[in-house]
Amino acid sequence: MAGAALSEPGRVDWRLAAPLGLTYLAFFAAPLIILLAMSFAADDFFTAFSFHAWIDFWGDSFYRGVVYDTVRLGLVAVIATSLMAYPIALLFVASGPRMRKLLIFIILLPLLISVVIRTFAWIAILAREGVVNQTLIALGLTSTPLNLLQTELGLVIALSQIEMPLMLLPLITVMQQIDPSLSDASRALGGSKWRTFFKVTLPLSIPGWIAGATLVFASATTAFISQSIIGGARLVYLPSLIWQQAMVVYNWPFAAVASVTLLVAVLAGVTLFSLLGRFARTD
Amino acid sequence: MAKRRSTPSDLSYSFVMGGLAALGIAILIGPVLIVLLTSFTSSQALQFPPPGFSLEWYRSLFDPVQSGHIHTALANSLWVAAVATAFACVIATAAALAMAQIRGARARALEASFMSPLILPGLSYGLATLMFFAILGFRPSLNHLIIGHLVVIAPFVFRTTLASLSQFNPALLESSASLGATRLYAFRRITLPFIAPGIAAGAFLAFVASMDNVPVSLFLSSARTNMLPIRMWGMMETTLDVRVAAISGALIVIVLVLMIIMDRLTGLTRRMSAG
Repeated sequence: MAGAALSEPGRVDWRLAAPLGLTYLAFFAAPLIILLAMSFAADDFFTAFSFHAWIDFWGDSFYRGVVYDTVRLGLVAVIATSLMAYPIALLFVASGPRMRKLLIFIILLPLLISVVIRTFAWIAILAREGVVNQTLIALGLTSTPLNLLQTELGLVIALSQIEMPLMLLPLITVMQQIDPSLSDASRALGGSKWRTFFKVTLPLSIPGWIAGATLVFASATTAFISQSIIGGARLVYLPSLIWQQAMVVYNWPFAAVASVTLLVAVLAGVTLFSLLGRFARTD
Repeated sequence: MAKRRSTPSDLSYSFVMGGLAALGIAILIGPVLIVLLTSFTSSQALQFPPPGFSLEWYRSLFDPVQSGHIHTALANSLWVAAVATAFACVIATAAALAMAQIRGARARALEASFMSPLILPGLSYGLATLMFFAILGFRPSLNHLIIGHLVVIAPFVFRTTLASLSQFNPALLESSASLGATRLYAFRRITLPFIAPGIAAGAFLAFVASMDNVPVSLFLSSARTNMLPIRMWGMMETTLDVRVAAISGALIVIVLVLMIIMDRLTGLTRRMSAG
C-alpha cells in the first residue's frame, strides 16, 4: 500500500481530513443547501414557502430558451475543442522531449493567464476593426467588416482558446499511456492513418476525452466573463441571467432557481459524458 | 519499418490533422501575443496592429492618481490569494495524507467530493455564498472572500499532493520508526520533503486560480473590497479602456516569469507532460 504518511500503515487518521471536510460542510455544502431553499422562497427574506420562482422560470419560453442555449453552447465548445485538441495531442505524443516541453508551455500559458485577459484579447481580434476583419479585407474576401462580436460564432471561437487547455491536459495524459506498438501494428497490417486513428487511438483515448469534455462543458456553460463581454446584451446565457436577477433586479428566489438549474444542467452534462465513456468501453 | 508509399488517404490525414493542430496552436498562443503587443500602442483606441508604440498606458497604469482603484483591487486580490492559498496548503495537504491511506469505493467517493468545487458551476456557488453570508448578517469584507476562495482553490493542492503521495514508499516510514523516529519527526524529515514539490505546484495553481476567480468575487466583493478581475471586467464593460491591455501585458509577463520559476522548482512542465 502506498502512502501511509503520518500514522501507522493501514490505519486511517480521520483527524487529518477533518479540517478540509468541516470547511466544505460549513462553507460549501451549507451555502448550496441555502441556495436550494431560497429557490422555494416567496421573497428575499424567506417569509413564506412558494413555488412561485420555479413557475415563473419554467413557465416562460424565453427562460427555457436561455437554458437550451447555455447547454448547447457547452456542447459546441466541447466539439470545437475536441477537433483541435486531438491533432495537438497526437503531435505531442509524436514529439521529442524539447518539443513536448514547448507544447506544454503553449498549453499552460493561456490557462494561467486571467480569463478576463483572454476575453479581452478576443475583443481585439474579433472587433469590427480587429485582426480578423482587417485580414479578410486585405485579402479582398469581404468589403464590409463582419460582425463577430455579439455572435455565437465569435463566442465559440473565444471559448475554444479559453477551454482548450482543459481538454488537452487530460487527453495528453491518457494518450501518452497508449502503447505506440498498437498503432504500429495497425499500420503494418495495412490500416490507413485514418483507420488507425479511429479504430485504435480514438477508442483508447476515451477516458482522457471524457475528463476533458467534462471540464470544458462545465467551464463553457458557466463562463460568465466571456459570455457577457463577447455575447454582449444580445446573447443571454444562464450565468448573465443569474447575475442580473441577483444583483440588478434583486429577485433572489428567481436567481436561485436559475442557479440551481445551471447546477443541474452541468451535473447532467457531466453524468452524460461519463455514461458515454462507459458505453464506449464496453463496446 | 519499411518506408511506405503515401496513399491519398494518408495524405489527407496528415493535411487535416496538421492543419487543425496548427489552427489550435495559433488560437492558443495568438491572443496572448496580440494583447502583449497591443499594450504598447500609442493609440487611444484598441486596435491591432498598433499605429505606433509607446509606454503611455503603462505609465498611466502605474500612476497612483489615475489608477488608484486598480492598485487597491490588485492589493485586495493579492492578499486574498495569499491567505486563501496558505490555508488551502495546510488543510488540503492534511486531507490528502488521510486519503492516501484508504482505497476502494469509499476513497473514490471522498476524493470526488473533495474535488467537486472544480466541477460545480462557480457562479451557482458564488450566489450561494452571498445568500449564506447575508443570512448570517454579512458585512462585505475580505475575510468572506478568503473563505469563498479557499473552498474553490483547495482542490488544486489536494490533487497535486495526493498525486505525489501515490509515488511515496511507506517502507521509508517503517524504517524510520524502527530507528526510533517519532511520527512527527518522520513526517517533517521524510514525507514533507518528498511531497513538497507537489504541494508547491498545487499552491501555484491555487494562487493563480484565486487571482483569476470571478464567480465568487463577483458576488462577495463590494466597492471597498473590489477584486482585480472584477475591476477589469468593469473597465471592459463600460469603456474599452486601453489600460486593460497594459494590466494584461504586465500580468502576462508576471505569469511567464512565475512559470519559469515554478518549472525550475517543481518541474511543473515535466509533471504535466509526464502524465
